[in-house]
Amino acid sequence: MSTGYETTEGRVHTVIGGDWDNVYAAAEGAKEKVVVNMGPQHPSTHGVLRMILELEGETVTEARGAIGYLHTGIEKTMEYRSFTQGVTLVTRMDYLTQFFNETAYCMSVEKLLGIEEQIPERARVIRVMIMELNRINSHLVALGTGGMELGALTAMTNGFRDREIILDIFEAITGLRMNNAYIRPGGVANDLPAGIETMISDAIKQLRVNMRDNGNMLIDNPIWTKRNIGTGYLDLTACIALGVTGPLLRATGLPWDLRKTQPYLGYETYEFDVITENTCDNYARFLIRVREMEESLKIVEQCLDRLRPGAVMVDDKRIAWPAQLQVGSDGQGNSLEHIRKIMGTSMESLIHHFKLVTEGFTVPAGQAYVGIESPKGEIGAHVVSDGGTRPYRVHFREPSFNNLQTIPTLCEGGMVADVIASVASIDPVMGGVDR
Amino acid sequence: MTEPVVPEQRRELHVIDVRTGSFNVTGSGDTSGFAGLTRQIAMPGATSRPFGSYFDGLADVLFARLNERDIDGVEHVVVDRNELTIFVRREHALDVARILRDDEQLRFEMCLGVSGVHYPSDAGRELHVIVNLLSMTHNRRVRLEIVAPDADPHVPSMVPLWPNADWHERETWDFFGIVFDGHPGLTRIMMPDDWPGHPQRKDYPLGGIDVEFKGATNAAPDTRRSYS
Repeated sequence: MSTGYETTEGRVHTVIGGDWDNVYAAAEGAKEKVVVNMGPQHPSTHGVLRMILELEGETVTEARGAIGYLHTGIEKTMEYRSFTQGVTLVTRMDYLTQFFNETAYCMSVEKLLGIEEQIPERARVIRVMIMELNRINSHLVALGTGGMELGALTAMTNGFRDREIILDIFEAITGLRMNNAYIRPGGVANDLPAGIETMISDAIKQLRVNMRDNGNMLIDNPIWTKRNIGTGYLDLTACIALGVTGPLLRATGLPWDLRKTQPYLGYETYEFDVITENTCDNYARFLIRVREMEESLKIVEQCLDRLRPGAVMVDDKRIAWPAQLQVGSDGQGNSLEHIRKIMGTSMESLIHHFKLVTEGFTVPAGQAYVGIESPKGEIGAHVVSDGGTRPYRVHFREPSFNNLQTIPTLCEGGMVADVIASVASIDPVMGGVDR
Repeated sequence: MTEPVVPEQRRELHVIDVRTGSFNVTGSGDTSGFAGLTRQIAMPGATSRPFGSYFDGLADVLFARLNERDIDGVEHVVVDRNELTIFVRREHALDVARILRDDEQLRFEMCLGVSGVHYPSDAGRELHVIVNLLSMTHNRRVRLEIVAPDADPHVPSMVPLWPNADWHERETWDFFGIVFDGHPGLTRIMMPDDWPGHPQRKDYPLGGIDVEFKGATNAAPDTRRSYS
């Protein structure tokens, strides 16, 4: 059944099921402009992204993105939780790049605390290592879902199979596969378990083989190149005007990578290349992601070489998260050694543990913004403190939120099928977009 | 990025709130004495020269350009935690931003985002708009802060200068009620289009359902008693 009603733009017929013949009969002589709502529920929208496309035939004349379907008020909730609890909330924003969210937030809190120089070296190396593994994970999802949306289903199964290798490493280190809340202000929550270095080096070997095979499957693949070369064009002027960072910016040829230009956590001491292409299209972004994964493997190997025994939290007992986690007979919890210490030997440790867990540490008043290079672009945490134990305001400058504003530029004038390829190459994750 | 800023310059503190009592408890038989505490909550205020690292050079160029055009656009400058924040008067916000974007020695080509902060107890200066800028040419960052009172929450939109401010300003309008004059289409972006109120303001409740246990309830986080 189709209903027609008059608007300023002409007569509009809404199609909500029924026979196309009825629609055609009613719309006799109408201009051929179709508004398609690629609504929040769609296999190809990378989460709950709504796109409203105006089509003339196969050509997209207007494309608008609508977001907010995954908004859970994380930023406001953080104002009612301590700074350490903030990590557990922040990790759920962009759930595929969880360690980048945590690191941006923790670095901002550490800047407010003034303890940036006191983060132990081991904690820095662990942060870099786990972030680079997370970068590989995120790119695998980007390539996997991008491949699946264009029909290359094996790209998806291969990508997620390789993700399992890294998720096993995350589980060994942090106890969880996702939403880890591992990186805390002051360092990391837990030290690396025994045997992890062998596990990671084996994983690197396996991943190198798998990535080579996955790459061979798609690079220079006639269908893949036909869909991706020349589509989703976004040149340097457009990128800068739209505040775009990450693989989209590097696909224009500009080697802007915060790990090199504004290094943090010791990135200036690691050897890796910034991958750029200069064709500004979807294929360029695909190649960049594939090669960035290889660079990340290089960094992880360098991290393994650099690991030396040491503390993983700052010395300051009023800030450092006190307990280490351990798997016991009834699940995961505080390590028995720590319990023995606080209940048996040290009163001060008990007090610190109590105050840190119930109240949290105080952060002097002020605001700080720290931006780091996440797989999707620059992720920045702006933290405002009023001198209390809870953040006064936390705002995340999320790369996916910003980059989704390029949808009209990428899609208008192209075909509907290219919309899928272009949005896949932006690689938005709606958890980060909507927060 | 650069060496840390030497904290020898005099710095004022801007008091935004005076809080009395502890533990959010008032009018009860609290004999601990904490209920009599009075705390002044102060944010870092204007910093005096020298600012340190590249902030001095940046401020010099900016003030020179503003003086050439007789624009008194900058309220004050805060240097805190190795970051530069320029408090800009809202009437001149676009002029200051244009100079920052276009002048060769400044060249802040990229706007990273626009966000808001609500200080309800800072009378007359409740709503702050934060604009984070990045200069790729000179590899520098700066933050602009534009203040508007609750009674007149209007701030000029940065969209004419940096198109990507579009969604950021829509989000700030959605959550704080700050109206960006000159924005091409200021509508809600996260909340449903017909939502009343602006959720991230401090006077808007967090929401949440009290958790019921057998014989007791755990109140939602914003209605619970807090011990800090």
